[in-house]
Amino acid sequence: MPNVHQIKSWLRRLTHPRKSEAELDDEISGFFNSIVERRVSQGMTREDAVRATRLDYDSAHQVKEKVREGRMGATLDTIFRELRYAARALRKQPGFTTVAVLTLAVGIGANSAIFSVVNAVLIRPLPYPDPDALVGVWHSYLRQGVKSNNVAMSSPMYFGYREQNRTFEKFGVWSSGTASVSGAGDPEQVRTLLVTDEILPALGISPAVGRWFSRDDDTAGAPETVILTYRYWQRHFGGDRAVLGRSLVVDSRPREVIGVMPERFWFLDRDPELILPQRLKGDEPAGNLNYTGIARLKPGASLAQASADVARVLPGVMMSMGMSKRAIETLQLAPALRPLKQDVVGDAGEVLWVLMGSIGIVLLIACANVTNLLLVRAHGRQHELAIRAALGAGWGTIAREHLLESMLLSALGGLLGLVLATEGLQLLRAIGPANLPRLSDIAIGPLVLIFTVAASMFAGLLSGLLSVVRHTSTLIAHALGGVGRTTSLGHDQHRSQNVLVMVQVALALVLLVSSGLMIRSFQALRNVQPGFRRPEHIQTVRISIPAAQVEEPQRVTRMQNEILDKVAAIPGVFSAAFMSSVPMETGEHVGNTGVAVEDKLEADGQPPPGRRVKFVSPASFQTLGTGFIAGRDFTWADIYQNREFVVISEKMAKETWGSAQAALGKRIRDGGPWREVIGVVSDVYDNGVNQPAPAMVYWPARWQALRLGIRDFVPRSVVFTIRTDRAGTEGFLKELQQAVWSVNPNLPLAQVQTLGDLYSRSMARTSFMLAMLGIAGATALLMGVVGIYGVISYAASQRRREAGIRLALGAPKWDVERMFVRRGLVLSIIGVAIGSGAAVGLTRLLRSLLFGVSPWDPVTYAAVAAVLLLAAVLASYLPARRASAVNPLEALRAE
Amino acid sequence: MARPTDLLQGTLDLLILRTLELRPLHGVGIADRIAQVTKGTFQVGPGSLFPALHRLAEKGLIEGEWEELESGRRAKVYALTASGRKQLNQEKLNWKKVATAVAQVLTEEG
Repeated sequence: MPNVHQIKSWLRRLTHPRKSEAELDDEISGFFNSIVERRVSQGMTREDAVRATRLDYDSAHQVKEKVREGRMGATLDTIFRELRYAARALRKQPGFTTVAVLTLAVGIGANSAIFSVVNAVLIRPLPYPDPDALVGVWHSYLRQGVKSNNVAMSSPMYFGYREQNRTFEKFGVWSSGTASVSGAGDPEQVRTLLVTDEILPALGISPAVGRWFSRDDDTAGAPETVILTYRYWQRHFGGDRAVLGRSLVVDSRPREVIGVMPERFWFLDRDPELILPQRLKGDEPAGNLNYTGIARLKPGASLAQASADVARVLPGVMMSMGMSKRAIETLQLAPALRPLKQDVVGDAGEVLWVLMGSIGIVLLIACANVTNLLLVRAHGRQHELAIRAALGAGWGTIAREHLLESMLLSALGGLLGLVLATEGLQLLRAIGPANLPRLSDIAIGPLVLIFTVAASMFAGLLSGLLSVVRHTSTLIAHALGGVGRTTSLGHDQHRSQNVLVMVQVALALVLLVSSGLMIRSFQALRNVQPGFRRPEHIQTVRISIPAAQVEEPQRVTRMQNEILDKVAAIPGVFSAAFMSSVPMETGEHVGNTGVAVEDKLEADGQPPPGRRVKFVSPASFQTLGTGFIAGRDFTWADIYQNREFVVISEKMAKETWGSAQAALGKRIRDGGPWREVIGVVSDVYDNGVNQPAPAMVYWPARWQALRLGIRDFVPRSVVFTIRTDRAGTEGFLKELQQAVWSVNPNLPLAQVQTLGDLYSRSMARTSFMLAMLGIAGATALLMGVVGIYGVISYAASQRRREAGIRLALGAPKWDVERMFVRRGLVLSIIGVAIGSGAAVGLTRLLRSLLFGVSPWDPVTYAAVAAVLLLAAVLASYLPARRASAVNPLEALRAE
Repeated sequence: MARPTDLLQGTLDLLILRTLELRPLHGVGIADRIAQVTKGTFQVGPGSLFPALHRLAEKGLIEGEWEELESGRRAKVYALTASGRKQLNQEKLNWKKVATAVAQVLTEEG
């Protein structure tokens, strides 16, 4: 065990290497001098005295070496010395070093970037203390023979669980929505989060300023309160801490600000602006399963225990909801609790693991490349190493030097890679798809740093060990056989280089096939007719008219009509309409309801099948570019005269009556009066282009006396959809705002975007994968080409003499060229064959990410193989041409 | 069982500490003194002396200071530290024990 003195002196040597070495030098030479002096004084000549001293004792150099060896940390000193030596050797070959470090930097950097995403999204998806104790409280039920596991919660369930559970430390429900904030400046539509009092405590994130909601805040009659998120606080209050107690007008009602959440607060994968108390009433209809439950389990409680606990409470709750025993039995409602993690990660996991795998392959290719470079370099130093081996340098010493060198390379590569990763993350944030949660929160953290160090060490060890094993095994043979400049590469070295090139080509093929399949998927998606035309020319804006603004339902429709007229009058507008949600929109405005068909009642009292339901104004289909298959559109006369009409989609018509024509004149309803089908429109891919088009029902957007148990219903929140060439331009948006505010200046404009944005977002996952795999594939291709080029040009330089002899004997130039190109081509063909085999096995993992193309698509495989082989031929032809351009006489004389 | 080098190393350390107990000395002085006291039994060469000195200095048992000698040369003079003195006393006791034990074994054998 070293003591303080030892560590101190070791540190001194480390920090002042020159000084402590000089002192040692002085001390030893002083000793020898005084021995010599003494001998001289005893009568020897100086010359004799020096010689005698030399003979009697170890040399000063040896003594110093022994002193060093005896000191603590001797091994470390040696390693530092050897590291300096390796660094010097690398500095002497800047070309080699640059290529190797850059290759590793790209490989390591890409891995660090993707790992930081994997870390944030998959490994630490919940940025809360003790996240494993958090569960999502869901239910399952059976409906029309189909089991659903995503059944949320109703108000009676909330109260029942809250009062009777034994396993939850904290429990609550939440929902999300939008609200308009007015008062100061222009009215603004904001994203809101509604929570019961224990949701924030369950997550364990305290407000930066102020307090959490209390049970009082949840109770009707108490003063209305609001908590701000950090970003909203910064934007609207400039981070003023005196914001507490101030009042904010939300949906026309003043609310007292009681707290501000910290900057790094994320609510699952959402980014709300305001947090409001969720005020639940116990007597809400039991069928309203609108709330999402979150619980923090008591310490020691398991998911299974919690499930059993809920299962114990649930029957009582259902009875209190007034459900009959038989209804309960047929519904089979049961708790389906799951780790909260799952609610956040969603389907991002698959994308990320595929990505991590492909980036890992890039690192392997980079290692193969560096190994190749090291081998070539080691061959160049064979002479030196053979001499050193003959002089007694052990296998271990030489192996250690090799490893140190490759570790140094990969450490440099790792450092540079970290820089690349930081830049890469910026890029990722820009192009990342919406379903990657918390993308903006991703950064290079401690775990990512550890990963980078590990990846660098892995790369260094792998490439170093491969070259050590290859090299030292041939070293002895070479040392014995003599190493001349004319000796060609040994067969062993040939073989290992060949294997490396084949591996590179094979790995590159796997990546290129993957990106090729993504390209084909993207093409297939682009070819889907989404049910609307030229979405980039459709401007959309959501406008909600709250009851606090306009109480009477009929007047809401009239105001929407007024706005529409103003909007349609803006120069450059071809047509305009409004609807409850636009195609491919997601969120709370999109929903299904059961739609019953006259004369086709469901057997055994089952509820009718759910259909995607929208409320649309006249001219909606014309604006979207959705064609009519049969019948006609609504007119304003239909709307104002309350005619009971409906338009349905082709799929709905065919499913129910067999054809579009047969549907006309038939009647359907969803809890209101029977309505006659007056038109059938072509299908719209409402769930995104990669999902089948749902069967759809379009009700007229107007007041209804009764709908789904709600009296005096009117769609208050609608999207104005405007077809114009000016969509998205600033000038147009200004005029649009003026048009809306000329009718009512208190209406905020929300979700201002073009339908084209929604359309490309529905392909975001595919285009993101395409971009990432494309980058990985291109990098792999580039590295593969560099690898082939390096090996062939090295072979060409080694066989210069042979090429010279052939040329001198009259071989034509192309014959010599063919010799080298053939080697590159043969290696690549074998690589392509191996890679194809691997790809067939691996691309099945991509299956769920593909669209309209098989993982074994022959066109993709053939195209990729052709590209790779062409690149290989080019990469070998360049050095081959140089070799064949050699002057035969010079090549022979050069020896 | 200690290897011969260990025994030798330990012996040399003990000899150096004992030599420095009387007064501080530089490298040549220590070697001379050991040779003189042991009547030439131990001829300590620089190849063993300096590693031992540096090892002891590292452990904090002795301390080296650059000093001007009478001859005008500068040399590193080593002196015993407090912990070195303690260590020496300990070693002396140990040595006596070992010596007595070994002597006993030898007489019984004889």
